[in-house]
Amino acid sequence: MKPSVADVRLTSYNKDVYEPSDDSFALVDALQQHDWTSFSPDVCLEVGCGSGYVICSVAKMLSQHGLRAQVLASDISSAALEATQETLVAHGVADVELIQGDLLKPLIPRFQHQVDLLIFNPPYVPTPDDELTRTDIARAWAGGNRGRAIIDKFLPQVKEVLSPRGFMYMVTVTDNRPEDILQLLSNDDIEGKVILERAADEEALRILCCWRRHERDAEGHH
Amino acid sequence: MKLLTHNMLSCHIKGVKNGYPFKIDPVKIEEMDADYDPDFLRHIYPRLEWPALREAAQVMGEPNLPEEVTESMLQNDEEFLRHFHHALLELILEEGALVCPETGRRFPVHKGVPNLLLHEDEV
Repeated sequence: MKPSVADVRLTSYNKDVYEPSDDSFALVDALQQHDWTSFSPDVCLEVGCGSGYVICSVAKMLSQHGLRAQVLASDISSAALEATQETLVAHGVADVELIQGDLLKPLIPRFQHQVDLLIFNPPYVPTPDDELTRTDIARAWAGGNRGRAIIDKFLPQVKEVLSPRGFMYMVTVTDNRPEDILQLLSNDDIEGKVILERAADEEALRILCCWRRHERDAEGHH
Repeated sequence: MKLLTHNMLSCHIKGVKNGYPFKIDPVKIEEMDADYDPDFLRHIYPRLEWPALREAAQVMGEPNLPEEVTESMLQNDEEFLRHFHHALLELILEEGALVCPETGRRFPVHKGVPNLLLHEDEV
């Protein structure tokens, strides 16, 4: 059987790119627990792909389940995109497309309600706000007040792109107040829960899984 | 960048109304074999803006996409499906630019990756 996650030894990173860490592993573990047998995503998109460890793992999960989808990954950092490209090549993954951009903006008009699997490992570490203007690797983790600066820019974009049958997986830590994030999404008729909890060095990881409320309830999926 | 991806990108400069589709200014085009999967093509067709794909394909060296696509072509026109597959998945814009149709703003494509980051005064 093919391994369904990326190999850390084949994953690229450097001083400008976030190394796969406990948060990345928790996110991939959560994705592996997803019920792939009843899920055939047409569009998968990771925002903030960093080293490429997560999107490469998703590509491998798709291939393991015999699924073919349009798979995209974006990052604001060109160093991250180069690392992702190297990671994909090292794993022999050819069909992930990369975009340099700020969160979901360039994709919103054409991906309106189209993304079936949306993945985001945001910069979630609480930092002083002046850390947010740095352009080095700090961008990969600096989250401003309560770690919410980038998360709160992303949340309103989710309802634009998430498909009626789609899922959004996002990394948070308790400092980000995950319950408050779920409440904000709920105001956009997006429901969700903490799907995986894990204690890591100095942080308590909470992986969120979210979906559109009405469509799924109407289908009786609960 | 494949034309499948090009088909999904829009210029998001503040105030731009007609930022779709990007015009392609190619400098280096590469061809890459992709697994031919007619079911994938049929599945994805409804999500595509066909005229945008057709125009982009012409610029990228695949002039054989028809103006209109019928259901029977999608089902069993092997020659059409092969051209469709080639245009959508096998032509890679490696170096060049995406040009906003309204403002002319150029977004560089380098090593196959389009840079859609905006300048401060465009947000």
